[in-house]
Amino acid sequence: MIIESSDQVPRATLFKRFPVPRNFGVAPESRIERGKMWPAPAGAVHVKSFEIYRYDPDSGANPRLDTFEVDLDDCGPMVLDALFWIKNKVDSTLTFRRSCREGICGSCAMNMDGTNWLACTRFISHLATPATVYPLANMRIIKDLVPDLIHLYAQYAIIEPWLQSKTPAPERERLQSPEERSKLDGYYECILCFCCTSGCPSHWWNGDRFLGPAALLQAWRWLADSRDEATGERLDILEDPFRLYRCHTILNCTRTCPKGLNPGKGIAEIKKMVIERRS
Amino acid sequence: MSNFTVRRPRPLSPNIQIYRPQLTSVLSIVNRITGVILSFCAVVLVIWLIAATTGPHAYADVQGAIASWIGQIMLFGCTFAFFLHLCGGIRHLVWDTCHGFELRWIYASGWTVVAASVMLTVAAWVASLFMAG
Repeated sequence: MIIESSDQVPRATLFKRFPVPRNFGVAPESRIERGKMWPAPAGAVHVKSFEIYRYDPDSGANPRLDTFEVDLDDCGPMVLDALFWIKNKVDSTLTFRRSCREGICGSCAMNMDGTNWLACTRFISHLATPATVYPLANMRIIKDLVPDLIHLYAQYAIIEPWLQSKTPAPERERLQSPEERSKLDGYYECILCFCCTSGCPSHWWNGDRFLGPAALLQAWRWLADSRDEATGERLDILEDPFRLYRCHTILNCTRTCPKGLNPGKGIAEIKKMVIERRS
Repeated sequence: MSNFTVRRPRPLSPNIQIYRPQLTSVLSIVNRITGVILSFCAVVLVIWLIAATTGPHAYADVQGAIASWIGQIMLFGCTFAFFLHLCGGIRHLVWDTCHGFELRWIYASGWTVVAASVMLTVAAWVASLFMAG
């Protein structure tokens, strides 16, 4: 099946997950235990089950997988609506990040049915039954669906995501031609939801040193900017066996981007620029 | 101070245990696995060549092992691995020129790699059977 754009949900996949044991390489404190069952309210007609990752830091217990039955006739169409329905009507301790509810803030990024996306722009009807909802993959979890993103922000800071110029500031704005400006299209729209970095197997294994697709897409956004004059310094930061070259062009990033951007292409452009600089 | 307790480490959310296999990630790991298989194939190839230079008896032994049904199945698998790795490698070379990154081309080239390696494997075996007479 050819996927035309990242918002396409595959109708059928041979395997729902990789054939590895559930606790494959999982530290004892990260093992997921069977959780509670929260049945639908009496009289609900259209019911859908959601298996949701729960973790309460104050309980001292391991993470668990709770099953919630959601009354679809009483709930909005998006996964975020289902989470709100559960929080309002079933279990008020369910914790998740959200803000804009329209796919522009990137707060509600999570793993639904095995792929990363924004809960506010994923239709409940596109999920399997039972639907599985996990926090972003491979993150330290603060509570329930809230991951600790501090490491990813630190990696973002490494690429120095701001305009750097050496020439004196002009009287007015630093102007760009429409052609120069168009080189930023497909990169400046990144909302830093980290769906891509969290979905990158290379970042799972080498996330301590590999910058990951989100930070590298941003790195290319500044390299591609005609107003930026720190290209050499930026490439010096990136030219490293781990920071840049742990990208093996797996392209899970491009497949999962909720904004339809192309981190894989941005990283390839960086690699090309590094090579061209040598010659 | 007495209320201060050492917190347990934060759990790591699952990654490979839950992430859905996609053509992107599956072909990537397949490219790696076939690469490993081909390294073993290179060793077998060297053993075969050494046997050929050692003498007719050694050559007959190795040839017999390869000609056995289990040897033939493994040889078929190696051929498939060779063509998968070859086609996957060409796909990576195209990517290195910054082409083919649109999602539809990532998928089209991915399925092309799979189809081409199946066809090339079958073609190679048909050709070798004809040549063997």
